[in-house]
Amino acid sequence: MNWQALVLTAELACLTSFILIIVGVPVALWVAFSRRRWKFLAESVVALPIVLPPTVLGFYLLVAFGSYSSLGRWYQHMTGSTLAFTFGGLVVASVLYSLPFAVHPMVAGFRGVDPKLMAAARTLGAGKFKIYSQIVLPLAWPSLVTGVVLSFAHTVGEFGVVLMVGGNIPGITRTLSIDIYDQVEALNYHSANITALTLLVVSYLLLCIVYSLNQKVILWGAR
Amino acid sequence: MSFRKLAFLLLLSALVLATVVQAQELKIAAAADLNPAMPKLSAAFNRQTGVQLKVSFGSSGNFFAEIRNGAPFDVFLSADRSYPETLEQAGKADQGTTLYARGKLVVWVPNGLGLKPSPDNLKILTSPEVKKIAIANPEHAPYGRAAVAAMVHFKIYDQVKPKLVLGENVSQTAQFAQSGNADAAMISLAQALSDTLKNSGHYALVPADSYPALDQAAVVLRSSQNKQAAHRFVEFLLSPAAQKILSEYGFETHGQEARK
Repeated sequence: MNWQALVLTAELACLTSFILIIVGVPVALWVAFSRRRWKFLAESVVALPIVLPPTVLGFYLLVAFGSYSSLGRWYQHMTGSTLAFTFGGLVVASVLYSLPFAVHPMVAGFRGVDPKLMAAARTLGAGKFKIYSQIVLPLAWPSLVTGVVLSFAHTVGEFGVVLMVGGNIPGITRTLSIDIYDQVEALNYHSANITALTLLVVSYLLLCIVYSLNQKVILWGAR
Repeated sequence: MSFRKLAFLLLLSALVLATVVQAQELKIAAAADLNPAMPKLSAAFNRQTGVQLKVSFGSSGNFFAEIRNGAPFDVFLSADRSYPETLEQAGKADQGTTLYARGKLVVWVPNGLGLKPSPDNLKILTSPEVKKIAIANPEHAPYGRAAVAAMVHFKIYDQVKPKLVLGENVSQTAQFAQSGNADAAMISLAQALSDTLKNSGHYALVPADSYPALDQAAVVLRSSQNKQAAHRFVEFLLSPAAQKILSEYGFETHGQEARK
């Protein structure tokens, strides 16, 4: 078992899902409640990572991170290093890649909040922020948890993007999925098996949390 | 003739045709350093024999693992002789690993770096301007192992180790540097000579005595359904026509000496 890769993957997934709460909640609120005509354009952008192969994101990130792009040059100028092959680069990639997995459950949850409650709050003089923070979010909390857990799990399972922009550096960009790949290539089936099995069990437990939570909510709703 | 009979005949002829077409194809697992040379080799072989090559590129170690698990290739072209020889011993490949050329390791830096690599040593890798050095993954790519060996030989390995980033194979390694994400790369001469890299950077050969020889080795796999064509392709690699193409694309060829 490669503990370094395990810790690194956990760090990456925690940080990614944390950022995705901060970024994802406003995006999900907007998608759920905005009445703008062109909303579907933005909604489609958010969903793109589900459709596209990870290689598309990997390719564009590599080009964008490189010193031939203005973004890459700017970042290099600011920090003295490129984003590719760094932990920061992986975080950027993971946030983009897991965005729909955080936003979609949240949108579904927010839309499920009874509009009458929101209307009532509005007639009582509550502003948008108050409605969102005191009615929508508390009522839709299971969907927040689902979004966080799914984006965490999706980041743990990320492979293609990391392979393309990570550079396989131990302790910095060698995540569990890459480590398993390396082990298989090096014919260390035993250690590949241990890592893969760990990942399998952890993923199963994570999904159990999500589905048991959903089941409870449905049961409560039926009561 | 009834419609049913006609349909049956059509299906049958389609099947026969499909088998005939299939017999004219060879599936090749090729080390990534052959990427630039392969179109020309493939075209020349096709002109001679009418056989189409279907080539997959990757790291030699990657293919080695795949082939051990029964990947359906006809010929394996490795950038290292140990993989084919191990397959031979394990009964996964026909007897007789053919060494048909030798790969050369180079240091490549992009134009933008403002430095030029020296052909005598790897000092450029230790300079502060070089922040990231791309090499192929030494776990399964022969060029990666050669790169590490050369850095150890010049006693800079420990110093530059924190700068290393690993490409999946020598092609991805080249692409890391070419895209401007790494400041230097240790790749094959074959890639350094390719159009994209030639125009965007400088290279220097790494002294050949500083790393184990990158013998380009071919074997026909035991499971091949097209043994005859496969062996013919391996022989073709030793022919003057193929050797000329290989040397054009940065491989060391020495005619008879390349044979085992």
